[in-house]
Amino acid sequence: MSTNDANAAPARPASKGEQLADWADGRLGIYTLAKSNLRKIFPDHWSFMLGEICLYSFIIIILTGVYLTLFFQPSMAEVVYHGSYAPLDGIRMSEAYKSTLDISFDVRGGLLIRQIHHWSAIVFVAAMIVHMMRVFFTGAFRKPREINWLFGFLLLFLGMFDGFMGYSLPDDLLSGTGIRFMEGAILSVPIVGSYIAMFLYGGEFPGNDIIPRFFTIHVLLIPGIMLGLLVAHLILVFYHKHTQFAGPGRSEKNVVGMPLMPVYMAKAGGFFFLVFGVISIVSAIASVNPIWMYGPYRPDQVSTDAQPDWYMGFSEGLIRIMPGWEIHMLGHTWELGVFIPLVVFGLVMMAIAVYPFIEAWITGDKREHHILDRPRNAPVRTGLGAAWAAEYLLLLVGGGNDLFATHFHLSINSITWVVRIGFFVLPVIVFMVTKRWCLGLQRRDKEKVLHGRESGVIKRLPHGEFIEVHAPLDQEDLYTLTAHDQLKPHELPPAVDENGVKRKIPASQKLRAKISRGYFGETGQIPKPTAEEHAEITSGHGHH
Amino acid sequence: MSSQDNMSEEHLPEAAEPHGTGLSVKDDPFADPGLPPHEPRRTDVDERAARRAERQVALLFVVSMLATVAFLVSYAVIDNSKTIYVWPFGHVLQMNFVLGLTLGVALFCIGAGAVHWARTLMSDEEHPSERHPIEADPDVRAKVLADFKQGAEESGFGRRKLIRNTMFGALGLLPLSALWLFRDLGPLPTTKLEHTAWSKGKLLVNMNTDQPLKASDIQTGSLTFAKPQGVEESDEDFQEVMAKAALMIVRIAPEDIKSRQSAEWGYEGVLAYSKICTHVGCPISLYEQQTHHVLCPCHQSTFDLSDAGKVIFGPAGHPLPQLRISVNSQGYLEALGDFTKPVGPGYWERSA
Repeated sequence: MSTNDANAAPARPASKGEQLADWADGRLGIYTLAKSNLRKIFPDHWSFMLGEICLYSFIIIILTGVYLTLFFQPSMAEVVYHGSYAPLDGIRMSEAYKSTLDISFDVRGGLLIRQIHHWSAIVFVAAMIVHMMRVFFTGAFRKPREINWLFGFLLLFLGMFDGFMGYSLPDDLLSGTGIRFMEGAILSVPIVGSYIAMFLYGGEFPGNDIIPRFFTIHVLLIPGIMLGLLVAHLILVFYHKHTQFAGPGRSEKNVVGMPLMPVYMAKAGGFFFLVFGVISIVSAIASVNPIWMYGPYRPDQVSTDAQPDWYMGFSEGLIRIMPGWEIHMLGHTWELGVFIPLVVFGLVMMAIAVYPFIEAWITGDKREHHILDRPRNAPVRTGLGAAWAAEYLLLLVGGGNDLFATHFHLSINSITWVVRIGFFVLPVIVFMVTKRWCLGLQRRDKEKVLHGRESGVIKRLPHGEFIEVHAPLDQEDLYTLTAHDQLKPHELPPAVDENGVKRKIPASQKLRAKISRGYFGETGQIPKPTAEEHAEITSGHGHH
Repeated sequence: MSSQDNMSEEHLPEAAEPHGTGLSVKDDPFADPGLPPHEPRRTDVDERAARRAERQVALLFVVSMLATVAFLVSYAVIDNSKTIYVWPFGHVLQMNFVLGLTLGVALFCIGAGAVHWARTLMSDEEHPSERHPIEADPDVRAKVLADFKQGAEESGFGRRKLIRNTMFGALGLLPLSALWLFRDLGPLPTTKLEHTAWSKGKLLVNMNTDQPLKASDIQTGSLTFAKPQGVEESDEDFQEVMAKAALMIVRIAPEDIKSRQSAEWGYEGVLAYSKICTHVGCPISLYEQQTHHVLCPCHQSTFDLSDAGKVIFGPAGHPLPQLRISVNSQGYLEALGDFTKPVGPGYWERSA
């Protein structure tokens, strides 16, 4: 018998808590897991909390969503309403709509939970877009984080569609119009459109199937996939360790910050309550999706100001500005006026997914990157991101052209034309302006490194000239402002090889070299100040 | 201070790296000077400030508790249907307003307390932690690849092509059964999109009054919505029928009608058009009586009802179909048949 082994245990549990932890460790191996994670270092920057808002709003959506399923009836069976909301008494409606009214007016706190659910969805998608922009503009998507960027992209994509399905479930006049729009969009797909529409709606629009089918997809299928992606996203954040901005003591080889326990447990854990609290207060004072004002869905009725939730607004803009192209050929219809916006919608989203791989191909950079770029130090990337954002915002305006027309007393035709032209022109202008802006900021950084910062002190020289005294930067600032590395443009091999034979260079390589010159050539970045330049200026006399 | 001892580096993972890179500033003016020394906060050095921060955190937690109690009580005592006026939000449901605020405060104060605690009382000293390359070192890589090759070798996967090919065949075919199972999601389209509930002799029934319409009921400049005779709101398929058959009726002075066919298909200037937008199927409802234009509120397609429903602006691709109407012997408006073209959005099988 091995009583000896038991006695040989190195340490006896000091408390009940340790005893419990030992018990769990013996079965789950928690000590090994916690060894590198309990005091894991996270760097501090305000922009790193954007992703946390996404995580917390997602959790709030799950919590409130489960509550709503306890009362919601995903059924299109018709009933006559006799509930406590008097204005709709005696009106025919689907059970889905009726149960949403019941949640809002008969379940105590039901309206609050509905509002929190909807507001969180709005915040969720917004936070994902802003978080994604942070990651984009700082270059945090570079190796080794490309896959995590894709996970994030999928979360955004799925989040948008789950939001669309969620606000469609109450079967009210506004969201039903959205479902009808979806039918029209599906019908425009060449060859298979009418088949997909019949299969999705279980027959002719609206049928009795779309709400229960959306319900299953909305509460089970998509959230299940999203939960998996979310966990994978977070595991990779832990595994890669967080990126950080350049600064004294911070390098590609380390991460500087405070430990998970206790600082980030308190800060991040507390932040969950802050996000939840703010959304609760917003839900108390600001009404979102008041379905009782819209009435139940009827395919022969509509209200004005029919707008989707904001995150679908850019696709709405695409649909609204497209000219009504329609081609009739051999007894068939190409409904391009609807189908092209559908395709462009896909392209706008795919541009997000593929960018890291395109940039990696252009730079040919195989190194790991853990130090973030300041947006100004990557002018072309920053310009492209700003151009995308400008296009997105412009399409949001296009999607609300009726609101802009009525609120600002403008012609809807002129707004539509402005957006049509802007669709092609605005991204180009924004790209050029942003890039030059970045270059200007780079020049200013260079100036500061070489000549110091403006001290605000004006000095009069013996011969009468006035100069402003520049104070040299301290070592920390000098390092921070020069820590970024600057890539060289990709060079093609000489056009003829050593034997004088013309070299065959694939067109893709020529293209790559050309784009690379745009990114990293003379027009793409301002050369960093060198030690020699610095020495020359600081050792000189009488400079200012 | 003992709290500072606990923050010493041996409690941090991979805390071996010295601060800074050790490069001399003399060699390189832009060298990394290393982590700046930690600057203590007021609460680190002044015990009174620390105790004040402690009280602030506790106060936030107490406020949260009070808010939760208020939430519980409000839930029990407030009348669920009572509306109150709250400046500047207007009339709000009292229950929603009070529950939301109390819940919000209860949650917010826990968060604010935790963050304040972290910022004032927990150590804010920054520590470096070493990174390791994500890529495995060459030995590990070689070992894994060798293992894989051995495993593949032992399976005979590469050698026994018959097994490999039939397996791919079986796995490739199997998903078809899953695909087949989706067939009964809905019927085939056949000609469903081409027909509506309108047919010869069906009266045009006013949507609002449920009475058959006479030509004299339609005033010049008015917009009337109609459904086919015999369609009732309580019908099982009411929604599907109306999604295609919804009709709008206008009266335009005969001399203002630009299209001859439009005039002929109407009755003394009374024209009946499909209400379903040809863009993506919204019901059109905004009528400009002076210009005879209708505007779809969804995507602003604009049609000219005096000119055969032609698209004059917006994303719609083809005109609004017009229904041929006349009056019967009793003077009621009736359809002379179904629409000659499918109503609503375009689709692949639509021939014109």
